[in-house]
Amino acid sequence: MALDVDGQATVRVSEAAAERPPVRKALPGGQLWLLLPALAFLAIFFAYPLFDVVLRSFRDGQGGFTVQNYEAFFSRAIYIRVLLLTIEIAFLTTVFSLIVGYPLAYVLANSGPTVRSFMMLCVMLPFMTSILVRTYGWMVILRPNGVINTVFAGLGLGEIQLIYNRSGLMIGMVYTMLPYMVLTLYSVMRGIDGRFVAVAQSLGAGRWSAFWRIYFPLSMPGVAGGSLLVFILAAGFYITPRLMGGDRDQMLASIIAYQVDVLLNFNFASAIAVILLVITLACFGLYARVVGLKQLLSSKV
Amino acid sequence: MSHIKDVTGGTPIVLESLWKTYANFVAVSGIDLSVGAGRFCTVLGPSGSGKTTTLMMIAGFVAPTRGRILVSGRDIAALPPQKRNLGVVFQNYALFPHLTVFDNVAFPLIMRRVPQAEIAQRVERMLETVELAGLGGRYPRELSGGQQQRVALARALVFEPRVLLMDEPLGALDKKLRSSLQIELKALQRRLDVTVIYVTHDQEEALTMADQIVVMQGGRIEQNGTPEDLYDRPATAFVAGFMGDTNLVRGVVMAADKDGTLRIDHPTGRRIIARASGFQAGDHVAASLRPECLSIESPDGPEEPENAWDGRIAAVTYLGDAIRYHVAVGENRPTLAETLVVKAARRGTEHRRFSEGDAVRVRWSRSDARVLPPTRADARILPPMQAGGH
Ligand SMILES: Nc1ncnc2c1ncn2[C@@H]1O[C@H](COP(=O)(O)OP(=O)(O)OP(=O)(O)O)[C@@H](O)[C@H]1O
Ligand SMILES: [Mg+2]
Repeated sequence: MALDVDGQATVRVSEAAAERPPVRKALPGGQLWLLLPALAFLAIFFAYPLFDVVLRSFRDGQGGFTVQNYEAFFSRAIYIRVLLLTIEIAFLTTVFSLIVGYPLAYVLANSGPTVRSFMMLCVMLPFMTSILVRTYGWMVILRPNGVINTVFAGLGLGEIQLIYNRSGLMIGMVYTMLPYMVLTLYSVMRGIDGRFVAVAQSLGAGRWSAFWRIYFPLSMPGVAGGSLLVFILAAGFYITPRLMGGDRDQMLASIIAYQVDVLLNFNFASAIAVILLVITLACFGLYARVVGLKQLLSSKV
Repeated sequence: MSHIKDVTGGTPIVLESLWKTYANFVAVSGIDLSVGAGRFCTVLGPSGSGKTTTLMMIAGFVAPTRGRILVSGRDIAALPPQKRNLGVVFQNYALFPHLTVFDNVAFPLIMRRVPQAEIAQRVERMLETVELAGLGGRYPRELSGGQQQRVALARALVFEPRVLLMDEPLGALDKKLRSSLQIELKALQRRLDVTVIYVTHDQEEALTMADQIVVMQGGRIEQNGTPEDLYDRPATAFVAGFMGDTNLVRGVVMAADKDGTLRIDHPTGRRIIARASGFQAGDHVAASLRPECLSIESPDGPEEPENAWDGRIAAVTYLGDAIRYHVAVGENRPTLAETLVVKAARRGTEHRRFSEGDAVRVRWSRSDARVLPPTRADARILPPMQAGGH
């Protein structure tokens, strides 16, 4: 993930943009072999395992070719329900991360160096602790006799169920995904030339019009990129739904884990993984159509 | 906010003791400036002299520390940029990259809630005016630099602002394109009758376009006048040096007669006799000698007459219609060697030419030497409070 978290590096973006970003130069043909180690690394550690998973998903117990793993998945209503639920939760996580993350990223990108460093630290800190620790932290806060409910009880309000259900799941998911959303948005927003908004104002736009008609569209690559990233990560997420969601909120990843850990049914697990992958790719394709792949892959404005 | 229909002509702009200080740094110190309706005013000055800061204060992006900004007699210093109704063109155009040319130009009209049909009409007409008809569907990145510049201009003019502010709008273009756009821009300004304040650091550009030139230095106005004023009657050596080529010969006034005749001694021991009032013995001055006002001849006899310096040709440049000689005049004391630049018009073929190393005599008449104070006092050291009454 190539996120730009270094404030200094992007300060001069306006000038660079003015002189037109240099066209990416292809490596001269004679030096392509320099890429070999990197390609080999990718092949061994990414391409091969993926290939293996796809292959396994078409194998039966004896190692012959079959589509029965897929048949089994699509013929059971429970799996379809979990599939739809996974998409739904990933989608909601994306929407909430965007709603919470956009203003955060905006302030981060448009504030002075002191505020920025502090906020950046707050956003980055969760990245530096184990996800397990963070999730347990949330559980301590949200559980029936946790901090929030203690305060509520003290105020004479009734206890509310914040964990082991959909709300607990959403809190945990959005919290976990927020840094990805914020950092992706931030890197795009830092690249937006501040003069665009100034010009819009000089042309008669109020603050809101200047934001809505100029700034927001220019931040779209960040919205698209961040949403896609969060959706993909959320769709395959395991720990948070497992620990903070209810029994009815289990997602595909939990089923994969169950198949692998308990039933040792690697082939069926592979099939589910491939289905997850296809959903992800489908989303990517949809986005590419709507937003334009070029914009998605380059966070340039 | 309603669109002001009847205002198509320019409007006068007056700046009254305008100040901008950053912490303890004075970027603009007490500027007084008046630009008449429909006039083209060029603000000229070296880097860091406060040109952009002044312009941005008028546009509303920089809040003045003190002072008034009057447009049509009304103080707009407290208005936000969007309420000022001024067209602004930035150095790098700042065209909205996600909007087409048409939508860029339509933007100010949409903001003013102009009806859809009228928008289409006015945008098309504006694009025709800047000779971009038919390119409305393109995106800014699909245009050449010159075309982008025109779009920026169209966008700043389409809502018929009373004032157009431009900050080095041609700075990013090559010389040839610049000069053709300068002429177009000037013609357009005349036709639309809009008041223009135009920032540049190119004096040639300023001379080409301006009705009025303001030379800034160190946050204050060094001189304000017509191009002829500044070129022929510079107030200071700084202005003379900034407006076209000139030889600035620095020296000290040794004697000042009552009739205005000055004797100025140059550190080489040579002497300039000139006429100017307002100087007295001991003043440090600079004599401005325009290259085209100097004549060059062979030295006759050992004695140098008045305003004639002997020297040696250091370089010769052919300019086509003229020849430029660089004459080293500091021979007696080589450490103080100074060079006078002489531009001699070619008179047919019989014109006597000199070559490198020739001994020559450079002459000028008393009236060709313009005696100037070096520069106005640097005001940056004064805090704003003390400068109110200067
Ligand atoms: N925000 C700021 N904080 C402190 N100093 C500033 C600020 N903006 C401008 N200055 C200073 O004010 C002075 C005038 O700046 P300004 O941008 O007006 O110069 P300019 O005449 O437009 O120069 P150039 O020809 O290089 O564009 C400069 O010395 C600059 O460093
Ligand atoms: Mg400037």
